[in-house]
Amino acid sequence: MITLTHYLLVSAALFSIGLYVILSKRNAIQILIGIELMLNAAILNLVAFGKFDKINNGGQSFALFAIVLAAATTAVALAIVLNVYRRYKTIDPDKINQLKD
Amino acid sequence: MSLIPVMFYIMAVIAIGSALYVAGSKNLMRSVFMFFATLFALAGLYVLSLADFVAVTQVVVYVGGILVLILFAFMLSGRESLAVLAQQTNRLIAVNKLPALLVALAFFGLLTYVFLNAHVDDATWLQDAAANQHIFTPQDVTINHLGVNLMTTYLLPFEVISILLLMALVGAAHLSRKEAEA
Repeated sequence: MITLTHYLLVSAALFSIGLYVILSKRNAIQILIGIELMLNAAILNLVAFGKFDKINNGGQSFALFAIVLAAATTAVALAIVLNVYRRYKTIDPDKINQLKD
Repeated sequence: MSLIPVMFYIMAVIAIGSALYVAGSKNLMRSVFMFFATLFALAGLYVLSLADFVAVTQVVVYVGGILVLILFAFMLSGRESLAVLAQQTNRLIAVNKLPALLVALAFFGLLTYVFLNAHVDDATWLQDAAANQHIFTPQDVTINHLGVNLMTTYLLPFEVISILLLMALVGAAHLSRKEAEA
């Protein structure tokens, strides 16, 4: 029998992997992938708990909202990454260390 | 009944394994494509948790939208600089990434400890839901109810998020526009 704890442990593993990707990679796009992993771990929790809410559909509705929010975040973040690449010719966040023109 | 745990473990192993490959791979392109596998396995986990509409949305929005966007940004942001980046991280890799590994492992340990001691399966609201028959069963048609709820109970968040999507669309288009000068 698969219980809620199983889902929670899978999402904990995904969240930690996302954290590692964010901390260790030196490429803005890979850091974005790490953020997506962490968001997916959170959405998995929402969906797993949403199974027990047949009347209000709270978990599933907010999982949908979180997916849409992730899409909006990604679109804006990738536009910013492309702009940064155009200006600095690199997308390594360590090398982008000046704010002024 | 006995097939569900097997499917769950297969999906969980695929999801975590491909996420580990994304984290460990030196080939950037390959790690992006392995992220596909993670997202598909997560959609499978959503289906196993009886949220079929969320699973379909996951496939359409993430795999169809976000990953294609990521691939576009990847191609547009100069492969030669990425190649240089990949070359210089060959020997110092273990020393460089040790703090990140330690933080991630410590966080995973903390989360595991909390989840194992929280006893979420015995929570009172879950037992209330079981007593009142509010748990989804595989025979239920979930989409009708989800649509009605989305248009009644959650109408305000729904409208707010549509405004936010419009703003994000306009902002992204404005940011990535070719500027005339500087």
